[in-house]
Amino acid sequence: MNIFERMMSLDRRWVFLFVALVCVATYIVPFEIPVRVDDEVRSIFEFIDTLRPGQIVFVAIDYDPNALAELHPMTYAIMEHCFRKNLKVIVTALSQNGPGMAEQAIRDIADSVRLDREYGGVKYTGREIVRGEDYTFLGYKPYYALVILGMGQDFRIPFPTDYYGVTLDSIPMMRGVHNYAQVAVVVDLSAGNITDAWIAYGQGRFGFPLALGLTGVMGADYYPYLNSGQVFGIMAGLYGAAQYEQLADNPGRAKDGMRVQVYAHLVIILFIIMGNVGYFMSRRKRAGAAR
Amino acid sequence: MEFSTFLWTTLGAFLTLATFSFLYKDNPFYKIAEHLVVGVSAGYFVIILWHNGLVPNLFERLADGDWYLLWLNSSKPWYLVPALLGALMWTRFSQNYSWVSRWPLGMYIGIATGVAIPLEMANRVNRQLYATMIAIKWDNFWGMGFLDSAAGFSQIIIFAGVIAGLFYFFFSKAHTGIFGGIARFGIWILMIGFGASFGFTVMARVSLFINRIQDLRDWGAASFNTSNPHYSGWFFIVFLLLVFSLAAYAVVEVARFTKRRAA
Amino acid sequence: MRRQIPLALVMIFGIFMIFQYFVPHESSEWVYEFLLDWIYIIGIFALALGIWSLIRVSVEKIHSRKSGWGYPIITLAGLFLMILFGFIGRRDGVWGLYFMTAEGLSNPMFRHFFDYILIPIQSTMFALLAFFIASAAYRAFRARNILASLLLIAALIVMLRFNPYMGPIGPYVADTASWLLNVPNLAAKRAIIIGIGLGIVATALKVILGIERGYMGKG
Repeated sequence: MNIFERMMSLDRRWVFLFVALVCVATYIVPFEIPVRVDDEVRSIFEFIDTLRPGQIVFVAIDYDPNALAELHPMTYAIMEHCFRKNLKVIVTALSQNGPGMAEQAIRDIADSVRLDREYGGVKYTGREIVRGEDYTFLGYKPYYALVILGMGQDFRIPFPTDYYGVTLDSIPMMRGVHNYAQVAVVVDLSAGNITDAWIAYGQGRFGFPLALGLTGVMGADYYPYLNSGQVFGIMAGLYGAAQYEQLADNPGRAKDGMRVQVYAHLVIILFIIMGNVGYFMSRRKRAGAAR
Repeated sequence: MEFSTFLWTTLGAFLTLATFSFLYKDNPFYKIAEHLVVGVSAGYFVIILWHNGLVPNLFERLADGDWYLLWLNSSKPWYLVPALLGALMWTRFSQNYSWVSRWPLGMYIGIATGVAIPLEMANRVNRQLYATMIAIKWDNFWGMGFLDSAAGFSQIIIFAGVIAGLFYFFFSKAHTGIFGGIARFGIWILMIGFGASFGFTVMARVSLFINRIQDLRDWGAASFNTSNPHYSGWFFIVFLLLVFSLAAYAVVEVARFTKRRAA
Repeated sequence: MRRQIPLALVMIFGIFMIFQYFVPHESSEWVYEFLLDWIYIIGIFALALGIWSLIRVSVEKIHSRKSGWGYPIITLAGLFLMILFGFIGRRDGVWGLYFMTAEGLSNPMFRHFFDYILIPIQSTMFALLAFFIASAAYRAFRARNILASLLLIAALIVMLRFNPYMGPIGPYVADTASWLLNVPNLAAKRAIIIGIGLGIVATALKVILGIERGYMGKG
């Protein structure tokens, strides 16, 4: 086997090892990667930033632990942004393990909101966020498309009670809140088909402003909806989350991870180049030998 | 962080490393983690279905009735109908009566397809077509940057790309002549789209790994964090225990590997 | 009975739902809300089928005593422990079994099992893909022809769009990536979306009209 053929057929475990080493090594050295904010993320931030205190933001946490790496940072940044702005939040979780993700996020965000912080030059005093007054967690129901439709009639149809078994009518912030008409914006953070349902069955039928937080895998697929105005903003993958963190001046796990992302991409590109150089050189050699 | 929480995070770190060990090869640690997660996830789902589903949506509505009258005397006895239909789903497991499960299934499929037709047509097809055609504004044609997605040039590419892409998918006519040209343009556009998706996918997968590094870092940091008011030497001992047992396992594996190679 | 009734149900409910969309009269709205309300309950029973299948398969594996029969025991242990924790809770300071109220959801063991067992394993299983995609990209990504080159170039631009080491061409790469996503990628994905949309509508119509009956299975 000559060197070019060897370049093409490295054992995959060497690739694994190299990627892992580079990721861990770049993670150990702390440095920051500048984040350029795209319009599609900025529009989400600005929409939420200009809401008046007391308005309701609907955050749909529709992902399982397998997508938490990308979507949790978005959830944290958006919900903290909402609570710091004194907005109210309704949370649902329409994927199988979603309720656990939502609970974890709410718990951690409550811890963070308790602290005095300064974001973008504005000082925010810490406060206790109260279940039922600052947020309501509705929980899970099966058949997400029909749940989204049902909530358009009344939240009480799919969710007679919240996640903890409290009837919606006895929750202070849900008084007078019946359906999407009382909600300023829906932000769907999802790792699958639930996004399509939010677009077709939610925004399409009830016309509320919809923003999407997507996993990287889905990221490129939803730009048509941005262009057609069916959604007004898209955050895709860790980079999308990092952009929101940058805008909210609240760096979290996404910005922290971007340096690894950059180097991991470089390593993968290097491997692609190596494979291609090997491919072309050995092809040329073979062609030369045939002649 | 209290010591008990630290023990739990240590368990999380162990399970993370156990799962990663699959990269080397399939092994008992990975198998244990794999089977454990299936069970825990299913058990979690049972509880969510119960507390978030059956209790609020069914039992509480029938709660004012009596069980020995089969809740028929409750104020909303009609909720027994979906419960019965749901129970019929379970005839799937019977050999003779599995056909009964088609009734509730038929109801569900009827409802799901019925709502899908107008909404999917309106939102996936019509609105996308409108956007494709309305977007071309001739005022935008000149004077905007080449790489501006609002420029007329870009809008023409979108228009032509969508038409050509649909051509490629839908026309079963042989892709030759002018048809061939359009279809070829279509597949070029599609390839760029798939390339963009692939670039995004690489980013996505890498970020999943980053998250795991971050969790392990948090666990490692907690075992050294003396500013933690609950900190004690036990944190460090537990940390060392896990690290040493991992190292020991790695040594055993390497020894086995070299032995096999020598043989 | 076996085929006609389900077919009729599909048709009746399907046509009603379409009708209701176009004619949202008060009374049709009332039926619509009722149906939505019912379907969640049916759905819960349907989803529970999957759990039962898991138990059955696990028990069968344990019975068979084939190699690896011990692992399903771990699955079942995880399942039943989780269910047990989900029903144990504390109300007014008293621990107990609570079936009809949701105290179990706040049980610390229930949460810890989720946070420290389910989350690490499930997210790590997907994190393995980082390595597999790296090795797949290395092995399969060859600029063999124009189409493969287009794919490769688009992927590289998207991957490099936030790379800070590109020097003076950095901003151009970022702009190109943004244009790529918002123009050719958009066109490609829109063609796919329209295609899928038409496919869904056509299949749904076939189902309602009883032409497509695959969902019924055999018998």
